[in-house]
Amino acid sequence: MRIGVITFPGSLDDVDAARAVRLAGGEPVVLWHGDHDLKDVDAVVLPGGFSYGDYLRAGAIAARSPLMQDVVDAAKRGLPVLGICNGFQVLCEAGLLPGALTRNSHLHFRNRDQVLVVERADTTWTTDFTVGQRILIPVKNGEGRYVGSDADLDRLEGEGRVVFRYADGNPNGSSRDIAGVASENGRVVGLMPHPEHAIEELTGPSTDGLGFFTSVLKAVVSA
Amino acid sequence: MDGGDEGHPVAAGRTGTLVGVSRVVVDVVLKPEISDPQGQAVLGALGRLGHDSVRSVRQGKHFVLEVDGTPDEAELKRIAETLLANPVIEDVELHLPTD
Repeated sequence: MRIGVITFPGSLDDVDAARAVRLAGGEPVVLWHGDHDLKDVDAVVLPGGFSYGDYLRAGAIAARSPLMQDVVDAAKRGLPVLGICNGFQVLCEAGLLPGALTRNSHLHFRNRDQVLVVERADTTWTTDFTVGQRILIPVKNGEGRYVGSDADLDRLEGEGRVVFRYADGNPNGSSRDIAGVASENGRVVGLMPHPEHAIEELTGPSTDGLGFFTSVLKAVVSA
Repeated sequence: MDGGDEGHPVAAGRTGTLVGVSRVVVDVVLKPEISDPQGQAVLGALGRLGHDSVRSVRQGKHFVLEVDGTPDEAELKRIAETLLANPVIEDVELHLPTD
């Protein structure tokens, strides 16, 4: 199964994301933001980092890159897409996910191991979790505060599209402790914490992050 | 500054020809319901400096665009609303030349 990882100018975690795909049993495929070529991948990961130095707004310029036009079209046809941290910001800016990510309420860059509670175990990227499960993965951001109007957030919750919530402390002031959300069809997921940094005991606080990548591989196989 | 006040056309040379250039200003601020911790930090600093009369600070962005010829309002509105501002969280004001 071929899982593409997009590199934008300023991406940092593309290599770790590719490594996570490989450890989960998939074949990582390098994708370049400036191409118009998704290389027939079965799913796409938008990695963390600081694309275009967070100029204008985090993720704003990357969301208008050539390859993102292809990602938006493919996602509308059902291609699974995962946005991690800066990748989540890009997906919101591209209109594939609702809401926006803004400066942390305390203005500090927050870098720590974070407990999340899984609220949806039926998205393409979360079937290897269970609803209510607590997972531990690193969070590291300066502009990770998830916001939206109350009406939009009510609608999102009503549609069951909050996939993860922060537990044991909200690291950035996100509305309603929201850490990750999904598209209506559950195939596009974005979150601020970094599952690709929690895939091996040696380097991460847990191996809980592997579940994202094993989940999508199962979805792709059964599709 | 090169002689043109904001909102007034200025003459700019380009490879030896004189091209009419208009200056368009776009201001972007967070919507009132979105909290602005940067503005609040500025407000806190002002208080420490003794400027007690300032009640609130909202921080935003100010873009100055130089546009060939007469600005196309519809195009500039699209630029402002689809790239310069994120309508989910920000309000945008377009200031076209007024001469």
